[in-house]
Order: sequence, then structure tokens, then C-alpha cells
Amino acid sequence: MPLLEIKDMKYRVNDKEIFSGFSISVKPGEVHAILGTNGSGKSTLAYLIMGCESYFPTSGDILFKGKPINGLKLHERARLGITLAWQEPVRLEGISVRDYLTLKDREADPSQYLEMVGLAPEHYLNRMMDRTLSGGERKRIELASIIALEPELAILDEPDSGIDMLSIQDVINVINILKKNGAAVILITHREEIAKIADSASQICGGKIVCSGAPDEVAGFYKSKKCAVCPGKSVYASA
Amino acid sequence: MHQLEELMRSFGESGGDRSILTNENIAHLVAGGNRILSMRAVEGLEVKAKETPKGISAKVRVTAAIKNPVHLCFGIIHKKGIQEIKMDIVFEAGASANFIAHCIFPKAEKVRHIMDASVRIGENAQMGYSETHYHGPFGGIEVIPKAHVIVGKNGRFSADFSLLTGRVGKLWIDYAVEVGENAVSELTTRIFGHGDDMINIKEKIVLAGENSKGLIKARVAIEDQAQAEVTGITEGNAKGARGHVDCLEIVKDNAVARAIPIVNVSHALAKVTHEAAIGSVDKRQLETLMAHGLSPEEAVDVIVRGILR
Repeated sequence: MPLLEIKDMKYRVNDKEIFSGFSISVKPGEVHAILGTNGSGKSTLAYLIMGCESYFPTSGDILFKGKPINGLKLHERARLGITLAWQEPVRLEGISVRDYLTLKDREADPSQYLEMVGLAPEHYLNRMMDRTLSGGERKRIELASIIALEPELAILDEPDSGIDMLSIQDVINVINILKKNGAAVILITHREEIAKIADSASQICGGKIVCSGAPDEVAGFYKSKKCAVCPGKSVYASA
Repeated sequence: MHQLEELMRSFGESGGDRSILTNENIAHLVAGGNRILSMRAVEGLEVKAKETPKGISAKVRVTAAIKNPVHLCFGIIHKKGIQEIKMDIVFEAGASANFIAHCIFPKAEKVRHIMDASVRIGENAQMGYSETHYHGPFGGIEVIPKAHVIVGKNGRFSADFSLLTGRVGKLWIDYAVEVGENAVSELTTRIFGHGDDMINIKEKIVLAGENSKGLIKARVAIEDQAQAEVTGITEGNAKGARGHVDCLEIVKDNAVARAIPIVNVSHALAKVTHEAAIGSVDKRQLETLMAHGLSPEEAVDVIVRGILR
């Protein structure tokens, strides 16, 4: 049974159809990369799966372990084992890194999670999650928090954005740790070297999946059109 | 129960360290209503306090660097009463001390507490002042803290007012600080209002000396029908003066908040900035915490507590 299955999902905002008959299936422990140009709906897909406010399918089903979760609120989905690492993690004034990493389990040792993302615990645990942290630091801490949650499905929305090139290996390590812990990962990325570590990949275009398969094949297909920004409808007429 | 014992019990329950009464190395002044219940000075600290018809009057002189914090505990343990505290504090040049004040009114149903402080901080002197209030659950209290502070050359003054547990009642804070050459002043208030609490904060920093610096920081959360108004005034009147007003108010339920940042600059080489944000809890912050499994109520609580920390 798939861990996550989206069946013929439609999502419309005002007169604009963002998804039209979108379907995807992710198995337990599978790392599935989602590729697509800016504006193609990758982050919107993440919010729909997570159940963020105002992000509910117009029609179609989102199934988790075979059960529909369309009607569940964000925290109810989180408690089922779904979580999301945001593309731009928020600042949280007055909340320490230690507090943030132990939201699920106050007794947990948060040091290990920081080490997994290349941050020295002695320098970060007592710092606040506020403007004193750079975007890259917050990004790493967000990824550490996802590991700490021990999810069954982690949605990583461009985990490599805002992180310097030399640290891409840290992002890959995070994905490998999640996989080793048995989590499935939906990996939204623009970087081919990140997508390559996935077990499978799909490309979104015009509100649909236009190509699925091995990451190399999908990346090659994606690059062939040289799109920069989504035109709002599929450029793959024959797909 | 003896008034001192009862006040100190509430002092301990609100986070105070009761051993300050017996530790000979720690200065303290404890007043219940208009009674001075306990007092100790240490070397470098002179305190002359007397009882007045409605409270106490104290003259404090700091002449050296005081190692341990000076503890103040004021309050009324009865349901009704009035307490007027008049403080005249002088820091001689080079002196330094941190004051920790606890203001405790655990049963207040009809209580009025007025603080009127005059503070003069000499050259190279430093004063830290932290004031924590506990007003009990009834909201029947009116608190009016007023202070006028002058900070001399290279001096430093920081004040932190917090009222996070129990009801606020009616609160009118009125602080004014004049900051001299190369001197620094920071005013921080953190308040959580409920019920029909009324919060009015007026803080003013006048950057009078060259290269003086000032920060006004207000963090207020209100719920139910509470109301809050925060006025942060900063004047930049000298070369190199730098000031900032930072006000954040979180509003829940039918509460109403207002922020009034006032910035006056009268010297071309002075700079004063301000930022004010009022509204409900940030949606993205809320969703981030909910994605970690917290319910909306738990997430709001974490965010509000963080802001007031």
C-alpha cells in the first residue's frame, strides 16, 4: 500500500486552476523528487499535502496509509506522521534552538540533531530562533527539527535553497538519515545533484505530472524544455 | 500570619529567593503597605527609608560597585489598600548595581500601587533595574509606575518591567530617561493582559549627549477584552545619537491594541528608527509549530510565551 496517494486532485484559486487531475503515489521509505519551474505549483503541492490554511483540494483525494486526510487539519496530519520543512523557515522570537528541537519530546537530547546538519550544539542550543540567526542557519535547524520529529513522511521544500554549495552534502545527509529512519521523503528541488539521490522523481507542469521515473530521466526531460517560469499550462502538449 | 512572612511567601511563589532576608551579603528593602518590614544595606549602598501615611519614602545612594543584586519587595497582602513608594536613587561616578524588584499583590481586589522614582546615574556608573509584578487573579488593582532617569556621561541604565502572571488590572507606566554623552539606556516591557485589563505604556528616551544610544522595546500580548496602548518616544538631539523603538503587540479574542511610536530628531547626525507590529499570531509561525504536531492553542501559547520571554 502506498504511504501517500493523491488521486485526481484539482485545486483552483479564484479562476486559476493550479492543479487539474493531479495524481501521485509515494511508497513507505521512498525518496521522491518533485521538479518543476518557478510557479509550477511545487510549494502549493507541499501545502496541500500538509493541510495548510486555505490549501484544500477542490476535488480529488489525498490518502495517507489508505485513508483520506482531506478533512484533517494541519496538526492532525502532523500527528499522523506527516511534516513539512518550509522553504523559508520562520523566525521565532524568544524560542531557543533547544526548545524548537524538543517540541515533540522535551526529554530528547537535541545535540545529535544539530550535529546531523553540521552545526555545533555548544554554539547553537541556547541561541534564539530570531533574527540573530542567518537564513542558512535557520534552514539547517529546520532540517534538524524534521529529523527530531521522526516522521513517516517528510516534505522538504527546497531544502538546498539558502544553503551554500559546500554544504549541499549536509542536505544530502539529512535525506539519507530520514530514509535510514524509515521515512518517505517528498523532495522539492531545483538542483539536479540533490534530485539524483531520490529513488524516483516527477516533474510538474501545467498542474499535472508530465513525467515520472528515474531521477536522471526526469531531470533530462525537464532540462529539455529550458523553461524558467511556469507559463500556467503544460508545455508538453504530447505528454 | 505575620505580614512579612506572608509577603515573603508570595515573593517565593513568584520566583523570588527568600534567602535574601538572611544573607548578610545581600541588600534588601521589604515594604508591605506603608510598613517597612525588613531592610539591610551593604558596603557601598546607603539606604534611608521612612514610612509615610500611604507608603514609604526611600533615599538610596550607591557609592561603589555592588556585587550582589539589591532586592526590593513591595506589596499589599490584603484585598484593599494603597501603597505609594517614593524613591530617590543616586549612583555616584563609577558605581554600579543591579536592582531586582518584586511587586506583589496576590489578593488585590481594590488596590492602588504608585511608584514615583527619581534616578540620577553619574559618569561611568551603571544601573540595572528589573521589576516583576504579580497581581493575583482578580484584576482589582491600579498600578502607576513613574520614573525620571538622568544618565550621565558613559553611564548605562537598563530597565526591564514584566507582568506575565495573573491579571494586570489597570497599568499606567510612565518612564522618561535623559541620556548623556556616550551613555546607553534600554527600556523593556513585557506584559500579558487578560479579561478587561487596561495597559498604558508611555516610555520616552531623550538622546541628549553625543553618541548616546537608546532602545525602547515593548512586548505585549492581550486577550479577552483587554486593551493596550504603547507610546514609545525617542528624541535624537545630538551628534551620533542612535535610538530605536521596537513594539510588538499580539492580539487575541476581542482585545484591542494600539502602538504610537513618536520619533523626534533635532540634529542632522542623529538617527532614530522605529518598528511596530500589531496583530494576531503570525500565520506562518503558527503553521510551522502545528507541522510539529502542536494544536493551534498550544502553538499560540508557545509563540506568545516566546515573545514575552
